[in-house]
Amino acid sequence: MDHRSLLERWLRGIALALVVVFFMFPILWIVLMSLQTNETILRSPPSVVFTPTLQNYAALISGRLETEAGALDIAFMSNLMNSVILSVGSVALALVLGVPAAYAFARHRFRGSEDIAFTLLSFRFAPPLLVLLPLTLYFQDLGLADTYFGLIWVYQLICLPLILWIVRGYFEDISPDIELAYRIAGHSWWATFRRIALPLAGPGIAAAGLLAFIFAWNNFIFALVLASADKQPVTVGALAFVTASGIQYGQIAAAVVLSIAPTLALALWAQRYLVEGLSLGAVKG
Amino acid sequence: MSAPLLVLDRVNKIYDPDGPNPVHAVRDLDLAVNPGEIVALLGSSGCGKTSTLRMIAGFEAVSAGSITLAGRAIHDLAPARRNVAMAFEGYALYPPLTVRENIAFALKSRRRDRDGIARRVAEIARLLEIEDILDRYPSQISGGQQQRASLARALIRPADLHLLDEPMGQLEPQLRAHLRGRLKHFIREGGLTVILVTHDQTEANALADRIAVMEGGVLQQFDSPARLRERPANLFTGAFIGEPPMNLLEAEVEARDGRIIFRLKGGAPLDYPAGELSPALLEWLRRGGRVTLGVRPHRVRIGPGGLPAQVLANQWLGDQSHVAASFAGGVIVSVEHDRVPHGPGAEIGLTIALADLHIFDPASGRAIGHGGRLVEET
Repeated sequence: MDHRSLLERWLRGIALALVVVFFMFPILWIVLMSLQTNETILRSPPSVVFTPTLQNYAALISGRLETEAGALDIAFMSNLMNSVILSVGSVALALVLGVPAAYAFARHRFRGSEDIAFTLLSFRFAPPLLVLLPLTLYFQDLGLADTYFGLIWVYQLICLPLILWIVRGYFEDISPDIELAYRIAGHSWWATFRRIALPLAGPGIAAAGLLAFIFAWNNFIFALVLASADKQPVTVGALAFVTASGIQYGQIAAAVVLSIAPTLALALWAQRYLVEGLSLGAVKG
Repeated sequence: MSAPLLVLDRVNKIYDPDGPNPVHAVRDLDLAVNPGEIVALLGSSGCGKTSTLRMIAGFEAVSAGSITLAGRAIHDLAPARRNVAMAFEGYALYPPLTVRENIAFALKSRRRDRDGIARRVAEIARLLEIEDILDRYPSQISGGQQQRASLARALIRPADLHLLDEPMGQLEPQLRAHLRGRLKHFIREGGLTVILVTHDQTEANALADRIAVMEGGVLQQFDSPARLRERPANLFTGAFIGEPPMNLLEAEVEARDGRIIFRLKGGAPLDYPAGELSPALLEWLRRGGRVTLGVRPHRVRIGPGGLPAQVLANQWLGDQSHVAASFAGGVIVSVEHDRVPHGPGAEIGLTIALADLHIFDPASGRAIGHGGRLVEET
């Protein structure tokens, strides 16, 4: 039964539509731009009427960009691959390190546990540029500069605190008695962690992982400073479209569309499981 | 008698020993439980009963002392290696599993045959009246049902010792009363040894062979329900066990002309022939001084003669009368099985038989005599 008046429903509809337009319009505009040439993008006044073309996408995928000033090689597809390697690698490492740590922080009070947890969180306080200069010097000495391993290591500054603090909360919400009941039934600490704690905190771990993935994917500054061309992710790679002969808006738009597609798809896919997992209220007394 | 199955020897629990506020939750606890015995740990919140249970289960480290189960020292073993089963106060069912799977879980991990498990689960579900919810998930059933599922999960597991933490706290009174009988029968049939923690003395009386009364982390008395009632070891158990609680009266002892007189504050004296007391108790009382007298409300008789008292309130509870009267500068409660006609303000007479009188040392709280005999003689 809907007791709201017609006017109220109309107003709600309009308000919702405004919010959607506000947030979705830039994305829509980017998609439209990606289907146009630079000439149609830059004409004044702008128009939504144009002949769509896939040449931007073709250029990105083939890796050859034709401009008035001549042909230009771009490494967009390898940038995309780098983004995938860096993001997946750093989230995977952060999960392997962060989930057991979160469990330890949630379940055991040991000397200095709060201080360690806070220190990890404080990595998020410092501006990235503050750590980048010393890191660059260290990394050159250690031979870690311009390696996937080194970048994934630095990406832990982004991913690890996020996963640690989100997952810790989920572990704390699980009644310790559930784990104790399993342990007293003849199971080891490790089996209890694997078979009881991990599945119960599953939705939380998935949410934290997804969030960390998005943060890692969108990172710009670490990769800009620490990686050379062949290790750069899309965020840095897109700079290549600012050429001497002008800014390639069409290609930039197409690159943006291609680079948000994986995270968008992942978020949409994971959302089903996240909502399901959270709304089941799996961790009730 | 066979050797005890479980022995707690001077067990101590101190929480946060190095912190600013260490809490000494259990002090020098000695307890021996025989095979097949049902023992209740009874006390109010914070008395140390749950700490004791969790130390036996292995969820809390023992600060000092030792715990031996079936001949093995278990206080340093991991919970998994102690071979005890436990039902938790907070139920602790695994949310992703159905009630049936939850109950069968403990058996499955021992790789029993499928039919055997199904039969055992059906049997215990029938016993605890949860057959109709076996295929539901813990989040879909009520607290009382979750509690019974948790109880079933603990009882079904073969173990040396079964620990039940407030096993019936969430059940409705009628259900609780009739499940108690069945539960006791099931425990006896299976020859299980059970320690249950409860703050409900009716439950402890109904289920337990022996009750350990705890207060402030100290074991006050470990005895059968009948002896706890008739022979309380100190003022605490005397006042704690029984509903309504024992009446306590301060008195001055006087021995004169072959009689023992307890002179109450501002009231008439309780006067008994010295010959009815055992010589040992008489000897003790002849030293004179102050004592605390205890008498159960059920044993305070209202009738003609006796000591004068004035009725303050008279409640008929449907099967008994609770009469509160002002007596000896305080309030005394009497329980009668029939209706009592006296309204507030009425003058009544109270009789207290020597056989129903408990005598305590007011300084230490220790019991001195029960029913006219010294504690050592009873």
